Amino acid sequence: EPLIPMESSEAEPSESRPEEDGAAPGNCLAKKMEITVSEAEKRTGRNAMNMQETYTAYLIETRAVESQNEGQCSPVDSLWRRYSEFELLRNYLLVTYPHIVVPPLPEKRADFVWHKLSADNMDPDFVERRRIGLENFLLRVASHPVLCQDKIFYSFLTQEGGWKEMVNETGFQLKADSRLKALNATFRVKNPDKRFTELKHYSDELQSVISHLLRVRARVADRLYGVYKVHGNYGRVFSEWSAIEKEMGDGLQSAGHHMDVYAASIDDILEEEEHYADQLKEYLFYAEALRAVCRKHELMQYDLEMAAQDLTSKKQQCEELATGTMRTFSLKGMTSKLFGQETPEQREAKIKILEEQIQEGEEQLKSKNLEGRDFVKSAWADIERFKEQKNRDLKEALISYAVMQISMCKKGIQVWTNAKECFSKM
Amino acid sequence: MEAEGRVPGPPPPPLPPAGGGIGAELPAIPPGAARAPLLGAPAEVLELDDEEDDLEVFSKDTSLAEANSFSPSMTISPSSMINQYKFEDEPELRDLFITVDDPESHITAIETFITYRVITKTSRGEFDSCEYEVRRRYQDFLWLKSKLEEAHPTLIIPPLPEKFIMKGMVERFSDEFIETRRKALHKFLNRIADHPTLTFNEDFKIFLTAQAWELSSHKKQGPGLLSRMGQTVRAVASSVRGGVKNRPEMFTEMNDYMETFSQKINVLDKIAHRIYKEEREYFNEMKEYGPIHTLWSASEEDIADSLKGVASCIDKCCKATEKRMAGLSENLLPILHEYVLYSEILMGVLKRRDHIQSELDSKIDALANKKADKDLFSEEIGKLEDKVECANNALKADWDRWKQNMQCDMRSAFTNMADNNLHYYEECLATWESFLASQTVDCHGEEDSEDRP
Repeated sequence: EPLIPMESSEAEPSESRPEEDGAAPGNCLAKKMEITVSEAEKRTGRNAMNMQETYTAYLIETRAVESQNEGQCSPVDSLWRRYSEFELLRNYLLVTYPHIVVPPLPEKRADFVWHKLSADNMDPDFVERRRIGLENFLLRVASHPVLCQDKIFYSFLTQEGGWKEMVNETGFQLKADSRLKALNATFRVKNPDKRFTELKHYSDELQSVISHLLRVRARVADRLYGVYKVHGNYGRVFSEWSAIEKEMGDGLQSAGHHMDVYAASIDDILEEEEHYADQLKEYLFYAEALRAVCRKHELMQYDLEMAAQDLTSKKQQCEELATGTMRTFSLKGMTSKLFGQETPEQREAKIKILEEQIQEGEEQLKSKNLEGRDFVKSAWADIERFKEQKNRDLKEALISYAVMQISMCKKGIQVWTNAKECFSKM
Repeated sequence: MEAEGRVPGPPPPPLPPAGGGIGAELPAIPPGAARAPLLGAPAEVLELDDEEDDLEVFSKDTSLAEANSFSPSMTISPSSMINQYKFEDEPELRDLFITVDDPESHITAIETFITYRVITKTSRGEFDSCEYEVRRRYQDFLWLKSKLEEAHPTLIIPPLPEKFIMKGMVERFSDEFIETRRKALHKFLNRIADHPTLTFNEDFKIFLTAQAWELSSHKKQGPGLLSRMGQTVRAVASSVRGGVKNRPEMFTEMNDYMETFSQKINVLDKIAHRIYKEEREYFNEMKEYGPIHTLWSASEEDIADSLKGVASCIDKCCKATEKRMAGLSENLLPILHEYVLYSEILMGVLKRRDHIQSELDSKIDALANKKADKDLFSEEIGKLEDKVECANNALKADWDRWKQNMQCDMRSAFTNMADNNLHYYEECLATWESFLASQTVDCHGEEDSEDRP
């Protein structure tokens, strides 16, 4: 039975969503549909400039979840997407839902690399980790109370052909405020919302501390790798040495074997740790999404203040014209003083125009105010949701890190217990 | 020698004195045969003049400028020494206990050098007193070693620490260097004390008991500097010439063994040093890693405790790494280094034995060619034959003893290393397990409050 496609929601910020609370609601896409990114494949094709390029395509598989499962398996639908299409989807979501902390994509290029890892995008380990990251992205969007209802997202999962055109037809690029991209531009907001200012600081701190942590972790991994691998040399030398020894030979030989085991064990250990690093990286990028929401709010506030300022000055102009007094300097006023006053008819006309503009301006200001309040309300709801998710996820990640360390220690104890026994028999 | 297989039961008793006593063995070393210079000096080390051996370059530590003691003396009590050293001789029979400690800097107008305090406690009759305390400098140890080599060319004289070390790990004459040297000197004297023959050497006794001026005047009696060069040169030359041709099978086997052993021990030494270096780098990074989590916890509320917990675990593991490193540098590294030096000493001993034999061989050849003076030659040859037999026996016995000790030392050193690593992982495991336990308790507490509408 085909899924009922959700209504397209070009969610205007003014529409508040009653489902926007903490947990993923029951009608969320993730509960109705199994989504996996199951494979990655190298492809060659021609790009926009008709040059040959190599890229990786990812297979997205979807399947309806039968709530009353009688052992029936619904068919699996699948399609291939490349990373740039994921990027397009995300950009669309960012513009269309500026009040939402939009889940991030896995990194475009390998960063925080320690020496053994490849920084090459085509490296199989990197591709594998990216596949997992992309799946995670889709699941995050699918379990988001607002985002999961988006039609474009649904099509991304189910409609192979013509999806790109569909996205572009929404015209979201036009809606995008180019000012948001200018990261360094500051907007002097006179009455900043304290909560958003604090949130912005928090996102900066989070970004900085996680980057630092990831960098040092990579160095620690590098050193740990060195310690383990050098022990592997013992294996070879013990073996050669045992050839000339009678009594010590056996002990040396078997101890050497354990040294080899020890040296080899670090590969799996560090591979697992890489997944932990990826979990942290997700929140490093989430910090950016958080900042984007703050930025959007800042801009809205700025626009509001500018509009209010503009309205005030127009009102003042109007008053001056009506009363004939010039409280504020204006060039027009000066020139009219020099070259003669206006006629009453001219003045009347001006006043009329201004009054129209003032009325328009007041309506606009009203709607902007409404917009702003709605934005703050829905943004803050999503931020609370995000905070809880973040706390859950990070705590889980830290626990999984501890579990990894414990496993590493247990392996170490086993190897060295065995080695010690061999040495004592030397 | 190795063909004997496992050595069951109690270790073989010390070599009984034969005839005039092996300790007083070789009669009248001909004046020409000089003391052998230190064969133990590795190629990397700068050759210094003897007087400069313990000269001090002023290090950054200005406390060296005064006649100061360095590190608190690690006085090792005789009873604890029994645990430290595993010797084939039953420990309860030991009657000579030596400690080396208390390095002190001395400044004169001409030079600056370091002396070490040597304390001897003994119950032996030939010692006038039962306790002695003297101060010796590195030069004195060098002198002792060459006297022993001179007196017992085919015995395995224990290694002395090098003049100075060029490897990156330790700075010239830093506290670390002095402490490493002190420990090695301590070991040197104790190995001699435990040697069934060397322990009765007269020069050894004088070294332990004589006051500074007595030692100086005694030293002047021996052959001079130049004669030191002679013996090894001749020994090397003779082995090149082919003192090898009548070499008994057993010594060829020894030679082959030593060549391989020497190779392997050098590589092991390098590996161990490299591991130390990697562990140090790991430690340095870990030191930075933990505090980042604490920093992060300052911006968080809900997860602040978890972050601080992780920070604390990492710091504890960091300290455990430090302990692991210390274990390595106190135990495995010095022993491997000692055996690197030993391998060179043993090659030298084998060469000297070859040289003694080649003296005999060349005399025999000369006899075959000259018919005259047959009687005189025969007597000489007889003496040389005795000399060769003594040398061979001495070496054989000492070789067996050395192999036993080597096996023992290696076993204990590597077992100790394994132990160090075990303790490290056990400590880290405990730390992380206790963190995990604290988190799962919290988790259950949180789950109840999550079901808010």
